[in-house]
Amino acid sequence: MAGDGTLALAALLLHAVAFLVLAVAAPLRRLGRPAGYVSILCAAGSLAAAVLSWRAHAGEAISRLVWTWLPTEGQTLATVGVLADADSTLMLTLVALVALLVQVYSLGYLSDESAPALGRYYAYQSLFAFSMMGLVLAPNFVQLFICWELVGLCSYLLIGFWYQRPAAARAALKAFWITKAGDVGFLIGIVLLWRHTGTFDLAEMRVLAGNGAIPLAGLAVITFCIYLGAVGKSAQFPLHIWLPDAMEGPTPVSALIHAATMVTAGVYLLHRTDWLFALTPDVLAIVVWIGAFTALLSAVLACVQTDIKRVLAYSTVSQLSYMMAAIGAGFSAAGFFHLLTHGIFKALLFLGAGAVIHAAHSNDLTDMGRLARRMPQTAIVFTVGALSLAGLPLFAGFLSKEEILGAVRAGGFTAPFAMLILVAFLTAFYMFRVVFLAFFAEPVALHAGAPVAAGVGAHASHVADAGHHASHAAAGVAAHEPHEPPASMLLPLWVLALLSVAIGVYFTFVHPEPEFTSPAWLMPVAVGSAVAGILLAWATYQRRAIDAASLAAAFGPIYRSALARFWIDDVFERAYLLAILGFSRVIGWIDRYLVDGVLNMLSAWTVTAADDLRTMQSGRAQDYVYGIAVGLLVLLLWVQFG
Amino acid sequence: MGLQAYLTLAAIVFCIGLFGVMTRRNTIGILLGIELMLNSVNINLVAFGRYSGDVTGMVFTVFTICITVAEAAVGLAIVILLFRVRRTVTADHLDLLRG
Repeated sequence: MAGDGTLALAALLLHAVAFLVLAVAAPLRRLGRPAGYVSILCAAGSLAAAVLSWRAHAGEAISRLVWTWLPTEGQTLATVGVLADADSTLMLTLVALVALLVQVYSLGYLSDESAPALGRYYAYQSLFAFSMMGLVLAPNFVQLFICWELVGLCSYLLIGFWYQRPAAARAALKAFWITKAGDVGFLIGIVLLWRHTGTFDLAEMRVLAGNGAIPLAGLAVITFCIYLGAVGKSAQFPLHIWLPDAMEGPTPVSALIHAATMVTAGVYLLHRTDWLFALTPDVLAIVVWIGAFTALLSAVLACVQTDIKRVLAYSTVSQLSYMMAAIGAGFSAAGFFHLLTHGIFKALLFLGAGAVIHAAHSNDLTDMGRLARRMPQTAIVFTVGALSLAGLPLFAGFLSKEEILGAVRAGGFTAPFAMLILVAFLTAFYMFRVVFLAFFAEPVALHAGAPVAAGVGAHASHVADAGHHASHAAAGVAAHEPHEPPASMLLPLWVLALLSVAIGVYFTFVHPEPEFTSPAWLMPVAVGSAVAGILLAWATYQRRAIDAASLAAAFGPIYRSALARFWIDDVFERAYLLAILGFSRVIGWIDRYLVDGVLNMLSAWTVTAADDLRTMQSGRAQDYVYGIAVGLLVLLLWVQFG
Repeated sequence: MGLQAYLTLAAIVFCIGLFGVMTRRNTIGILLGIELMLNSVNINLVAFGRYSGDVTGMVFTVFTICITVAEAAVGLAIVILLFRVRRTVTADHLDLLRG
């Protein structure tokens, strides 16, 4: 029974049930926490089903469970259902796990929310988990695209969860618009691909690709269009700008949607269709170069952020680009592997950051410092996450990161490889900058000058959760004393931390045989650059042996442009404004002078004509007699001669 | 003299009456014009009655004369009341219904 995809379907539908219950039963939803319990219960069941399904499909077993949808003459245009194989069930397990942990965590994190808002939150969460699982298990491009749009919708709803705050509403819109730009390409790609191959079905298409039955002419355009969808979703340059702003949402949302699952959908899509992309090596080269460039760009940006969540957001962009680079190099398994480990430890980092924000009532690194004394458990798990992200042995990111570096090098991309090594160094640096500034160093405010805080002004409007929590602090709840978060938040943190270490230890000793060979010097170089980054961060922010200001000055132009986010956001905003305002002007002119103009002209004519005709009514009886006589005369003449 | 002469006379009298109605400034004059027009019609009726040997036209004429008298009485009464209220009987000044 387990082998036929029923379990995967059950995992998918449990979340749908939770969403429908919360959506329909409004009284239950408005109760708040009970709604959360319903959602968590379904998520737990879903996780169990997902794990069992994963065990059943761990080997080569593939099961399809599909229903006909959109039947046309003779053939079926599209189906809905599940396609369970090793990759999809593994991804399913990751989604189910992180979704469950995030929902538990949210009980503590959002405990100050009003009950209806909390119920709404859990309804959105369930809808998201359902859509994401539908995406992961999609047997064809149609279902994939529908779920792809649904997760985008959930992302919009959850970023704008605090919709009363203008910044959040704006960020939600920005995320929606920017990802839509990529989705248009994706949709075009899907339809073109259907015309090219005659099917939407992934399995059928794969068979065609295996037989060489897919004509190569024009295929590059199609794969590029599909890649565009991934560019939007997985925040690749130049559409990466929505992800940092998405941090306006609650931190658990950032952990689930904008780190572990939804943003990896683009990577997953490319991994899922790697046999298709393998037919168009030119597009794959673009994927590598864009990936490496985005990784470097966002890593540099992460170094100058003072908002803890923004550091993590740029780090997510950077890591997603890592995966993209590996897929572009032709070894998508390496990218997928990093996707899984990254999902675990990035969720851990975000949830840890949430605990810090919860305690410090601020997003700003400059408001933190020496938090390890107050919240030792959070400090430990956060450091575990940071070590995983840096890719040190015994931690989760270790092997997956090395595999990506090896894959890019084996693919023959030397310059992107060098860029990625540099990114590995920067990753360790910015991550431990956060660790030291937040947990171990003296608060920056005590040091005159507050060097790195120079960038604060740039993001003053982006203090996302802080304002929210600060308002509760101001309400006189407690003295402003950082403390360990409640158990509902600590438990998910520990689970993720232990998983990170377990995965790391396992893969440090058990090396799966990769599809490529990497030179022996690769691992020492990668680990060495990470250690160098950690040491630099330690010397700068812990010992303060190196002045952060002079470090910034050494990279003057880069530092300044990074503070301005390389003006990419500005360019987009200008273009957006230009397009919208230009279009509005044209429309406004048409409305004012054509639509209104015609109506105004007609009414003005009516008034003038009436004014002129009015004078006929002189009120003098003799004039009327005159008129009657003339009229009679005309009538007579007409009868006589007409 | 044939019928045509009477009809021509009636038409001439009618036109004189109409001209008076259209051009007289004094309201009394307008009433006189109306009397002329009515009487031109009477001439017509009598002429046609005589021409066709039918008395109906003449009977009608008697009725018309009666009505004309009544109309003159009502019209003059209105003119007197108008003069009392507006202190004028000039038709040009009586334009309360001007648009």
